[in-house]
Amino acid sequence: MPYRKNNIWKSIDWWSISIYLILVIIGWFSIYASSYDFDQVSIFDLSGRAGMQMIWIIISLVLGFSLLLIESDWYDIFAYWIYFFIILLLVITIIIPHNIRGSHSWLIMGPIRFQPAEFAKFATTLAIAKLINSYKFDLSDLKNFIKLLAFIFLPMVLIFMQKETGSALVFFALFFVLYREGMPGSILFAGFCAILFFVIDIRYGNVQWGITEMGKLIVLLFIIISSILWIYTYKKGRSNVKYLFFLSLIPLVIAYIISLFLPFDLCLAASAAIVLTVCFLLIIFIRYKASIYLHVALFSIISVAYLYSTDYVFNELLEPHQKVRIEVSLGIIDDPSGAGYNVNQSKIAIGSGGVFGKGYLNGTQTKLKYVPEQDTDFIFCTIGEEKGFIGSTSVLLLFGILVVRIIFLSERQKSIFSRVYGYGVASILFFHLVINIGMVIGLTPVIGIPLPFFSYGGSSLLAFSTLLVIFLRLDAGRNERL
Amino acid sequence: MRKLNFDSENRKKYIFYFVCLIILIYIIQLFKLQVLDTNYKQWADSNAFLNKKLYPSRGVMYDRNGKLLVYNQPAYDVMVVMRETEKLDTFTFCRAVNITIEDFRKKLADVKNRKLNPGYSSYTPQTFLTQLGAKEYGILQESIYKFPGFYIQKRTVREYNYKNAAHVLGYIAEVDKQNLAEEDYYIRGDNIGKTGVEKYYESYLRGTKGVEILLRDAHGRIKGKYEEGIHDQDPVPGKDLTLSIDIDLQAYGEALMSNKLGSIIMIEPTTGEVLCMVSSPAYNPAILVGRQFSDNYTSLLKDPYTPLINRALNGTYPPGSTFKPAQSLVFLQENIIQTNTAYSCYAGFPLGGGHPHCHFHGSPLSLIPAIGTSCNSYFCWGLKSMLENKKYGSIQNAIDKWRDLMVAQGYGYSLGIDLPSEKRGMIPNSQYYNKIYRRWNPFTIISISIGQGEIETTPLQICNFAATMANEGFFYTPHVVKKIKDNFLDSLYTTRRYTGIQSEYYQAVAEGMRLAVTDGTCWKANIPDIAVCGKTGTAQNKGKDHSIFMAYAPKENPKVAIVVLVENGGFGATYAVPIGRLMIEKYIKGEIPESSKWRESDMLNAVILRNAVQKK
Repeated sequence: MPYRKNNIWKSIDWWSISIYLILVIIGWFSIYASSYDFDQVSIFDLSGRAGMQMIWIIISLVLGFSLLLIESDWYDIFAYWIYFFIILLLVITIIIPHNIRGSHSWLIMGPIRFQPAEFAKFATTLAIAKLINSYKFDLSDLKNFIKLLAFIFLPMVLIFMQKETGSALVFFALFFVLYREGMPGSILFAGFCAILFFVIDIRYGNVQWGITEMGKLIVLLFIIISSILWIYTYKKGRSNVKYLFFLSLIPLVIAYIISLFLPFDLCLAASAAIVLTVCFLLIIFIRYKASIYLHVALFSIISVAYLYSTDYVFNELLEPHQKVRIEVSLGIIDDPSGAGYNVNQSKIAIGSGGVFGKGYLNGTQTKLKYVPEQDTDFIFCTIGEEKGFIGSTSVLLLFGILVVRIIFLSERQKSIFSRVYGYGVASILFFHLVINIGMVIGLTPVIGIPLPFFSYGGSSLLAFSTLLVIFLRLDAGRNERL
Repeated sequence: MRKLNFDSENRKKYIFYFVCLIILIYIIQLFKLQVLDTNYKQWADSNAFLNKKLYPSRGVMYDRNGKLLVYNQPAYDVMVVMRETEKLDTFTFCRAVNITIEDFRKKLADVKNRKLNPGYSSYTPQTFLTQLGAKEYGILQESIYKFPGFYIQKRTVREYNYKNAAHVLGYIAEVDKQNLAEEDYYIRGDNIGKTGVEKYYESYLRGTKGVEILLRDAHGRIKGKYEEGIHDQDPVPGKDLTLSIDIDLQAYGEALMSNKLGSIIMIEPTTGEVLCMVSSPAYNPAILVGRQFSDNYTSLLKDPYTPLINRALNGTYPPGSTFKPAQSLVFLQENIIQTNTAYSCYAGFPLGGGHPHCHFHGSPLSLIPAIGTSCNSYFCWGLKSMLENKKYGSIQNAIDKWRDLMVAQGYGYSLGIDLPSEKRGMIPNSQYYNKIYRRWNPFTIISISIGQGEIETTPLQICNFAATMANEGFFYTPHVVKKIKDNFLDSLYTTRRYTGIQSEYYQAVAEGMRLAVTDGTCWKANIPDIAVCGKTGTAQNKGKDHSIFMAYAPKENPKVAIVVLVENGGFGATYAVPIGRLMIEKYIKGEIPESSKWRESDMLNAVILRNAVQKK
């Protein structure tokens, strides 16, 4: 095996390192601003949170530096070992629960206490990278795919059992990696549709147009339109598009005319349209034997079945507080003093920042503790309030650039292991970014996960630093092996 | 490397586009929140800023001679923030504020009772005790640190040096819903002038509130001043007022009018300044202050003699014979009569004891003796010949011309005195008569010639007319405020308003009014060394006639115009004239001469109260 040693300080990606350092420093200042009070200690004072974060930053830098010194193929070699070690820690955490600030995800070993869930992210990413990289691995082989899913779902389930729903959901981000590595796009599309249908159905469930429920109608029309577009992408079947179009349009037009005179549920017409198109698709499938027709027909049938079962799940199976949480985050009910309090206050804090912000340490909402969890999950508020639109957009773009940069670096990797790991890093960072900032600005439900490099907390900072630095080490050594 | 069985180039692109799309959506949302929507800024401010109002001191009032009438006295409220009260030594506290423990418990329960106190919050200061005296305040102030959650809030209440002029001064009270809706300046709990000068000059007296911006955290705790107080504004104190009222004259007038209903107004003709404005029954302004306000207000409201009404502006009466000089001026100006025109009177109009009646006097009479003896027939003939005069074309045109000249003399509309809710009275025009009578002629409306019928005037209008007589053709809009500190009076009160009637006619009418005093109906006002020109009036109404006296003095360079109206006082000469005489003497001489003392005691002791019906 040809082996070339090179100077990692020359080949390491300084772009990523710089963005990482900038984000960590901004995060540190934000924590100081968030916990700033009127009789405030200095940013270096170890009794304050900013002081503690400084220590975590120093430890992270030392750790990161050490990780860079390790030979890059060690990660490949030890991937499974690391993975199973972390799984073991997760299991121990469940067996010996400690309650720290209402969370059961802490592991205490002598003077050290940390959340293994944070470290499970990079460990799992390493493990799936190694798995996909393994000889003769093929994603389209069902056995391989299930093995892969098992690698992802094992830590996820363990973290769910620690009641850290947010951290568990992060593992879904790894499906982006699988998509890049050849997982059928339809799985991603199905997942996307499942979320979209659920949100639209619940969000517009109460909006009535006559006796038509708008949420359902929108979803049904979406199913019809996407079916037709799907057929359109199949060049040989394009001649069928016009039949499908008329088959679905006719019942809708008739129903619309009736509804002008009588109360008529347009959802029935849309469902009839879907039945007609499905029948037509099945007929042409039998005739031309092109599997796409069957797929589209199945997509329509499953979608409609899913749509009608969401209602049941939402209304009958969910706990009341879960329902409220979903309804508040979808904006169906207003509850500024209850479940919506955090989001309402964080929107106020961010919105009041204006274009240029109120200036560092001048954020009134921040200083006066209106936003809960200001220095952890809701840290983005501080930037929004004190640095305004300019500041919040800059931070968002820095994160965006880092994610895109990591994707770009991943694509230049020669080994599948490095590429998969790189995509994993990008996906996990991006998922955190989307969910955390989304919840703070009121776009996504309140799922408590930290903002990478920003949120106060040693475990999270160390874990994200490790996640990133390992990839940078792999990238720096991309030419070392072939 | 394995060959991939899918289009990895496209997937790379899709992932990249997806990342960019999400970032773009988030930037749009941030743009919406931070740049487009301005509500969040306000919400944040209402979250974090407690705008503590700093109240300015209300302007004080002096009388025309610089005597202090109304001023402010500090009063102290004890406020409580329920959330901060802990480990309270109830016994010591009760001793400090001088209440019993039972009282304490009851008051605390009242504060927390949302029915009694709808704005209750355990985070904000609630009124626990109001208007602590200075001594109790002193005791509590020393030990307040022992009682966490209790605060002393300084307020001011109005204090009065005299128990007079309540109607002119007016009173202040807490703003009501309407005040709050009309003007943004006020917040619940503020005081506002409700009547009198307090209301009319509210914008000067109140000053401008200041504000102190305090920071309040999510738990409602105050965390200090916002940016060291650079945005705070100091309150601007209210402007002090000097009234044109002479408080001694006012007090004397009120004394003379005690146990009578009615009013006295005196105006300085050369300026339009109101020297006194008595409305009887009066009340002591000090009773409408502070804690006893609502009880006293209710009993004043229920009083059958309606002491809250300022009769000088809000009472409208037929002017009776006091209208005759104005009538004469119209006839002279319109060339209907000359000073030497004489009409016959045989105890009534038309001839021979008709209606209106007249009393016995020589006949026929020319203008001056007609005024002097107050001959009804003369003015009936005068009005008849004006209404029938061909030069107007129709009786409608004639009555409208007549009305215009009456309006020019200050009747028929509010004069615009600087006091609220002045009545306008009534001078009818042709449209009015067309409406109430299908057909009408001079005889239909003849009673207006002697100030009866549809004519309604306020005492102020009559007094203003006397001032016009004194000035021979113009008046200044009557006003009770002489000076506003650092400000000018409204030009309305410093400009002459001419009646458009020639001054020589005034001289003729003045002769008649002088004759009435020297040798006519108001001989009781004939002060030896002051040439008084006067005119009595007897206003018919549902009950006993009202007694009216209108005058100005001295004849040359007049110093004062006066009207006295005693409700149900009978003939003008009986009560109104002697009271008027005493007021003139008091003002011009500064004291009542020995020779008039018997009149003074007569008037002070006279009781004329109709049997009032108790209001429900």
